[in-house]
Parts: sequence; structure tokens; C-alpha cells
Amino acid sequence: MEAYLDNSATTKVLPDVAQLMYKIMTEDYGNPSSMHNKGVDAERYIRQAKENFARILKVSDKEIFFTSGGTESDNLAIIGTALAKQRRGKHIITTAIEHPAVLESFDFLEKHGFEATYLPVNKYGQVEPDALRDALREDTILVSVMYVNNEIGALEPVAELGRIIKEYNKDIVFHVDAVQAFGKFRIYPYKENIDLLTVSSHKIHGPKGVGLIFIKDGTKIHPTAFGGGQQKGMRPGTENVPGIAGMSMAAAAMYEHFDEDVRRLYQLKEFFTERMEQTEGTVINGLTGEKSAPHVVSVSFEGIAKSEVLLHALEDRGIYVSSGSACSSNKPALSGTLKAIGVKRELLSSTLRFSFSVFTTMEELEYTVDVIRELLPVLRKYRPR
Amino acid sequence: MYRAFLIKYGEIGTKGNNRYLFEDALCRQIRRALKKIDGKFVVSKEQGRIYVECESDFDYDEAVAKLKTVFGILWICPMMQIEDNGFDDLAENTIQYLKDVYRGKEMTFKVKSRRARKNYPLNSMEINTEIGGRILDAIPQMSVDVHKPDIELNIEIRNKINIYSEFIPGPGGMPVGTNGKATLLLSGGIDSPVAGYMIAKRGVIIDAVYFHAPPYTSERARQKVIDLAKLVSVYSGPINLHIVNFTDIQLYIYDQCPHDQLTIIMRRYMMKIAEHFALEEDSLGLITGESIGQVASQTMHSLAVTNEVCTLPVLRPLIGFDKQEIIDIAGKIGTFETSILPFEDCCTIFVAKHPETKPNLKSIKKSELKLREKIDELVKTAIDTVETIWID
Repeated sequence: MEAYLDNSATTKVLPDVAQLMYKIMTEDYGNPSSMHNKGVDAERYIRQAKENFARILKVSDKEIFFTSGGTESDNLAIIGTALAKQRRGKHIITTAIEHPAVLESFDFLEKHGFEATYLPVNKYGQVEPDALRDALREDTILVSVMYVNNEIGALEPVAELGRIIKEYNKDIVFHVDAVQAFGKFRIYPYKENIDLLTVSSHKIHGPKGVGLIFIKDGTKIHPTAFGGGQQKGMRPGTENVPGIAGMSMAAAAMYEHFDEDVRRLYQLKEFFTERMEQTEGTVINGLTGEKSAPHVVSVSFEGIAKSEVLLHALEDRGIYVSSGSACSSNKPALSGTLKAIGVKRELLSSTLRFSFSVFTTMEELEYTVDVIRELLPVLRKYRPR
Repeated sequence: MYRAFLIKYGEIGTKGNNRYLFEDALCRQIRRALKKIDGKFVVSKEQGRIYVECESDFDYDEAVAKLKTVFGILWICPMMQIEDNGFDDLAENTIQYLKDVYRGKEMTFKVKSRRARKNYPLNSMEINTEIGGRILDAIPQMSVDVHKPDIELNIEIRNKINIYSEFIPGPGGMPVGTNGKATLLLSGGIDSPVAGYMIAKRGVIIDAVYFHAPPYTSERARQKVIDLAKLVSVYSGPINLHIVNFTDIQLYIYDQCPHDQLTIIMRRYMMKIAEHFALEEDSLGLITGESIGQVASQTMHSLAVTNEVCTLPVLRPLIGFDKQEIIDIAGKIGTFETSILPFEDCCTIFVAKHPETKPNLKSIKKSELKLREKIDELVKTAIDTVETIWID
């Protein structure tokens, strides 16, 4: 049996999406900026995608900009805001558990004269509203908080944080990285005081290499790429038409059975966490149930020196998971999120992330639980001493 | 401008009656290296010299880079080749050559001509004097120095005429294929690829054995070793890489033997298995990247205990090197970047906090007795299930 439980890293592309993209690449391959019909046909896909996302997010289609993915959207949001607002202030705020696309942008800005505050999180990986209240300053220009944490599936109190920020000063830009949340939660930027929102395509069964950023009308943001003026100059470059159309179709598909699918994901999560809790020597990191994301479970295994070994042993049985966050195979350093929520030192490198999708079945999870229970005693026996 | 190279070789020249074997091997290795790039190259041996001529367009920089990977080459001399259209034409071309290459810099020169074709109207002395004079007239920045010239301008009169003055250093050593074969114990570390490079440099064909221990080591660690073998093969030529699954042996030793002896016993079994493949493939020795005292398993005591299982000579070209010296070579040959990728090797996964640094052969052998029951079978399985990849 094969069980792909690494859906927070990436997801399978829907066959219909792949087919649409093939058609666009081989038939409707025009440049949306071209004057002729081929260009007009291509532009139509972009327009439809914008309208689709505008409907989903309940925003205007003029506020949707397509990018190459989550990383670029995060970079543009943070660096673009800093560039546009640096004369008003140079203080920026984020959390200790953000994705590297956010943290590295902050690091870049710190090296260029900005001052950053990293909000701590509680043991469930959530920002305490009071911590944000204390951190806000007169010269704060930007707050960036993720909607759902990618490593443990923590759900951040985004609406409350948005309210606090805007009550303090409505000029402070609120950026939310919703890469892990989009398609799992109904996100309405206007209702949660979100000025900038990052969405990625390949986490929702769309293609890789495409994403979007919602930029609320009136938000000052400086482009970070320059070129032929596409997308009102905010993100120039010939649009990735097949990617954008594919992402749009994938999003539409997600919203077809939204509540039903999310409910099923929560059931899967409940089943899996229960079985894991019943397994000896395991710790579930973060919250479970509806106070958390429906598709991510982080489990630490006592007595396993390196989670990679369990990961490869699972792989051998057709089960695919991540150690910590998927980005960590390029960055072998210990996970920032797990440290920030106070996971015991010896468990930091003994943690695996299981993440589900609409394609995940109960049978796959039963199989995974059985294999883990079979492997643990063997792996616990053989370790450095 | 350059259409050909003169290849100068060093040590081969001293090999007496076997010399042709070395020259032929060098020609073969040059052909092998140049086959990987575009261009129709002809490699020929003539009167104790090797010529590389290109019958089509080629990328000069690419060709030089490839020649720099061929062991046995001491100098690479890019040559301008012209037809014999009389002496005036030769003189004109020579002057143009100097102008193009040295662009009017102030330099001293000396003309050194050779007449392989003895019916050429002028003899070497006459050519030297006459060409030298014309250069002085044509390029005022140049002057003659017959003892220590900046430029040694070589003119060779053959069927065609070769003009060259640049000497690009080659890697030295001896052509691969002139000195048998040896089997490298290749890991994902910094040292073993360098060790393979150094032995190949002495003309030895390289075979390799890699031990992996899934799931304790990952697919990426395996890929890393394949990548390293590929990098070494740029110099050594094709490598036959044997990938041995060592997990069960390792776990069995873990179960049966004292933990502080785990690494040393493990290495003894690695050597045994490597030697099996060496004998099977007609290898004449084993190669390791060991250097005295670098880690617990490489103390003199440990080396002696590990060595004891082998009947073939174990070549340890890095034995007296400091880590930094090894890193410098790894950087030069391009393996360092790959070697430092963070994927775990099977040598390190179960390593004890305080491994034995002065193992005693008797006590190690006594521990190994505890493996009697199953070890032969496990070793046989590991050998039978080997995966062999031809790396070129």
C-alpha cells in the first residue's frame, strides 16, 4: 500500500487541472499581452482566475496578483511594504514560527537597517494577543503572521490580531501567509483586517511554480521585480498562464465540497491522533481538533534519535512523510517551531509531520499506524549509545 | 586561431622499452576525455610527441579544461597550424601570431625551430636567425634573450607547420590504465574521493565499493556517493561502483559486540567485503581515505587491526595528510562541495560516544567470535544483493 502523507510539502495535481494546463500549453499558448486573438484567449484565463479568487476571498479582482508561489508572495509582501513605508518607520513584527520565506525576508531587512520583533508563541504554537499588543510601536509599519503553521498545524488568532493592529494604528500593514490555510479555512481578508495575503497553488492540488498575493486596495507596496508592466507593474513578467489557470481550477474544485472535505480531514486527524496517543512513547505537538488545522499532525517519538531513520523506514513501506518541515532537507538545522513551542530537546530531532489531503483514506492511516507500531521497537533498540 | 595541441608528457618519457604502452594509454585517455565534448578530435603519436588536432570547430576553453583532467599530461601547448606556403608566409604568420597572443607587451623571446621534414630549404639555425630578425623588425616591443626568454617560440616544420609558445600545466601523473586496478572504499566524506583521485593519478584504474544502511542512511546519501564517483571519474575514467547493503551486518554487530568496538569491527567487515569484490574484479589492492589519527578508527592501533583482515595491499594515499591538505585537494578536483552535503554515512550512525581508540587485535577477534552463528550468511547476502553501477 502507498500512503502519501506529506501534503503540507506538496500535493498531487488534479488530473483535470493537468489536462487544462496541457491544453493551454499546446493550444492556447498565446502571450496575454499580445494584441491578437491568441493573446486575448490567453488573457481570458488570467481574468477568469482573478474573478474566481476574488469571489472566493470576497475581494475585488483588482486586488489579486499572480506570482511564482508562496515564497515570492511573502517576499513581495514584506520587502515591498518595507520599501514603501520606510520613511514612516522601520519597525517590523513577525512570529518565531514563520516559514523561512518570511523569516529570511525579515533577516534581509534587519541587515538593511530595519528593526524586527519576533513574537513568541505559547506551547500550542499560537501568538498571544497581548504579546502583539506589547510589541506594537509608533514606528511599526508591518506585522506578518501565518494563518496556519506548516510544522505543527497551529491555527493563529488572525482575526483578533488584525483587530488589535488596526485599533492601534490602521496604517500598519497586516500580512498573512495563508499557504497552509487556504482551502482548509474560509478566509475573508476584509473581515479579518488582512491587507496582504499569500496563497500557493501546489498545496491545493494545483501546479508548482505559481501562487498569488492579495493586495488590499490602497495598501502601499513597492514592486520588487521590474519589467514590461504586466499586472499593473506590481509583478511584471509574462504571466504563467497554464499555472494560473491550473491554480484557479484547483481552488474552484476545493470549494465545491468545502465543508464536507474539511469535516473529513478533521475525522482523519482525530483518528490518527487518537491512535498515536495510544501508541507508547509518542507526543502530539500542538492542538488537535477544530482549534487546529485539519490536515497536519506533528508527532514526536521518544527513543528515536533521528526521525529521518523512521522516515526512511516508513518510506520503505510506501509511506511518505516529512521530518519537521519539508524545507528542512535543505536546512538541516533544528526546527524553529518545535523549539519555540518548547518541545523537549531530545525530541526535537525525533519528530515527524504527517499531513493529509482529500485523497487520504482511513485505510491508509490504519496502515500507517500499524507500520509505525511495528517499526518503533526495532528502531528504539538500534540507536547510538 | 588554435587548431591543435601538442601534448607534453613527463614521467612516461623515462619508461624505456615499455614506453609505447604508456604513450598508447595516454592517447586513449585523451580520446576518452575529448569524446565528452563537441568536435572531431584526432589524437596521434609521432616521433615521441602526442598531437591533438581538431578537424572541426571546437570550443578552445572546453578542450583545455578536458585535457587538464588527463593524467600523464605535463604540459598542454595550444598550436597554430599553417600550410607550408614558403618562408615569407611562415614569417608573416609567426609575427601575426605573436601580435595576437601577446598584444604588444614588452617581452623577450627566443625562436626554437625543429625540422622534422629535412627537405625544408632552411635548416633550424637559419630559421631561428631569420625569423628572429623579422620579429625584431616587426614588433619593436620585443627583444631577444636566448637564456631566459619570456617567450619560447617553437616552430615545427612537419607536413604542416606548427607554431606554439604557450605552456598550460596538465595534471601530471601517469595515464590511467598503465598500472592495473584497485578498489576504493568510497563513502560520502571528503577523504575517500581524494584518495581515489590520487591513486588514479598514478595510472591505476578505479573500482569502488560503497556501503549503505537503509533506512539509517537515505536515498540522498546514496545519490551523493554516486555523484562523488562521477566527479572522480572525470579524472579516473569509468568507475564500476558496487553498492552494498550493510544494514543487517551492522545491526548484528550492534546486537552481539561491545559498543565501543562497533566501528572497528564494522570496518573489518567492510574491508573483507571490499576485498571480495576486488578479487572478483581482478583488482590488485584496496584504497581508503584514512589518515593517521583523524578519527578513532584511524589511529595506528585501529589501522593495524583493520588491516589484519586483508590479504591485498591497502593503499592509503592520504595517510600523512592533515585535514586541511585533503580539503585543499578536494576543492581543487571539485569534490568538496558535494562531500559536505549533510547526509549521514553508515559509519557514523551508531558511533559510540567513546569508541575504542587503541583496539587490541586479540580482544577484537574474541568479540567477533560472538558473530559466528550468522555473520557468514549475512556477508554472503550482502555480497549477493550488491547493486553495481557503471559510472562514466
